[in-house]
Amino acid sequence: MSVWSYFKRNKLAVAGVVVVFSVFVVAMLSPLIAPYDPGEVKVDAKLLGPSIERPMGTDHLGRDCLSRMLYGARISLSVGFVAVGISICIGILVGSIAGYYGGVVDTVLMRFVDIMMCFPVFFLVLTVIALLGPNIFNVMVVIGITSWMGTSRLVRAEFLSLKEREFVLAACALGLTDRRIIFRHILPNALAPVIVSASLGVAGAILLEAGLSFLGFGVQPPSPSWGNILTEGRTYIFDAWWLTLFPGLAILITVLAFNLVGEGLRDALDPKLRGVAK
Amino acid sequence: MTKYVLKRFLQCIPTLFGITVISFVIIHIAPGSPIGMQLNPKTSPKIVEEMRKNYDLDKPLHIQYFLWLKKLFSGRLYSFKDGKPVLQKIRERLPATLILNITSILLIFGFAIPLGVFSATHRYSFLDNLGTLLAYIGISIPGFWLAYILILGVVKLSGMPVLGMRTFAVEGLRFLELALDRIWHLVLPSLILAIGGIAGISRYMRSSMLEVIRQDYIRTAYAKGLTEDEVYYKHALRNALLPIITIFGFLIPGLIGGSVIVETVFAWPGIGRLAYQSVLSRDYPTVMTIMTISAFLTLFGTLVADILYAVADPRIRYGTK
Repeated sequence: MSVWSYFKRNKLAVAGVVVVFSVFVVAMLSPLIAPYDPGEVKVDAKLLGPSIERPMGTDHLGRDCLSRMLYGARISLSVGFVAVGISICIGILVGSIAGYYGGVVDTVLMRFVDIMMCFPVFFLVLTVIALLGPNIFNVMVVIGITSWMGTSRLVRAEFLSLKEREFVLAACALGLTDRRIIFRHILPNALAPVIVSASLGVAGAILLEAGLSFLGFGVQPPSPSWGNILTEGRTYIFDAWWLTLFPGLAILITVLAFNLVGEGLRDALDPKLRGVAK
Repeated sequence: MTKYVLKRFLQCIPTLFGITVISFVIIHIAPGSPIGMQLNPKTSPKIVEEMRKNYDLDKPLHIQYFLWLKKLFSGRLYSFKDGKPVLQKIRERLPATLILNITSILLIFGFAIPLGVFSATHRYSFLDNLGTLLAYIGISIPGFWLAYILILGVVKLSGMPVLGMRTFAVEGLRFLELALDRIWHLVLPSLILAIGGIAGISRYMRSSMLEVIRQDYIRTAYAKGLTEDEVYYKHALRNALLPIITIFGFLIPGLIGGSVIVETVFAWPGIGRLAYQSVLSRDYPTVMTIMTISAFLTLFGTLVADILYAVADPRIRYGTK
């Protein structure tokens, strides 16, 4: 049976795909569907509760919360995807080189992974961003370069077993370069766990950005990210519950969806689990 | 066994060294010098030079590194902010952090293990599916958001303050009341800090238990006529708990990262909040010391976990690995 037919049985994961897809579409279309300009300040319309015209109310500057949430989806998703893109690239590079060459190279690289894994990621990211200055670019890059270790371990493990296979021997016999064998022949067979960790990674990165925003080191206002909308709203929590509720729910639901998709893929891609699936 | 412990111990030494190098490098990736932000632009070049000398910034990088290491271990590293020794600042905050984190760890194992076992033994039942969904929500929820919602709810319902370690401006409490007050203030922060761990480890426990239940010796146990409860709790549980030991070390970085947020939300006077305050005031010696100690703790945690695992599982102890 194909991976998809296994994946389909997991209803939570399918729901996750639907949510991820919808958030994606909404983020792409945000300039078209946003009812107001997200940066437009209207002092006479501040802290309005949810109504038909303004489904998510307005914030302390009279900006329309729904419009800001829609644009925020773009920023939060970009942070998630770019950060994971970076971490996946580093993870694949380190993992494949360590796994393919083995020996001293492997020992040195994996020791480096061990060292990096000892640091508390959130605190490390917070410190480095505080040093470099908080902006969306730094947030993406720093999250990316501090979260690749898991991926590299998975890729290495795949490489260790794949490099003993006959098709690699055949590729060697053909006289192909190491680079070609690694990236053209072995890597495509080792991507399954990478896809899983990418999906979980996007979830982690969005959550991390929200945490950074909460401490004032995430994406900086006035660019709206879900994290900083939530953080700005916190001041008015007693007067304007909607400023806290909606962005928090958006983060929760999106992160949940990415996690469910990742776990669903893990189960569907793992041949060991197929026999026992419901 | 001694050989394994010794080998595992020796493996830690390069890692330990690497941790200090990375901590050191992080301070120096900052654009400009670490003292740059401290100074008024009008400060005379002579004073700048003197400060550079004070912080050894006039020496080559590798010498700076060894000097920093020496200061770090001898406790002569001083905070930029108030000139106090960094280790003393950390020591002052240690008890609060320990109380919070130990309570969280107890909550994590106290909830996660029974939940995981229940899910595994009632696989695909309604409660198992509900548990699965809740676990995913627990992993996905932003901790500070949940904290605000809970604070709002609890304060509205009970009318009692939840921030800080104790209720302020209340004097003359008897011992019991004092203890209850402390426990009351501990409940929410430790729970928020534990939620991710409970969710993650209960999933792990569930799959570990499911893995064990499929083994041949479990079938043997059934075959000799044991009841389901005996099989689950006497034979399966023990073996299913083994892999959980190794998780312990990796719990530490998450708890430390989580402490930064939870302690900030709850005005908890611990090391996490000190870390955040130090980041805000650009007090690099304090930040880097906390970072290095955290990484050491994690390394130590994984080491202890591995040794415990070897004690519990003879396959590791005598293995050829």
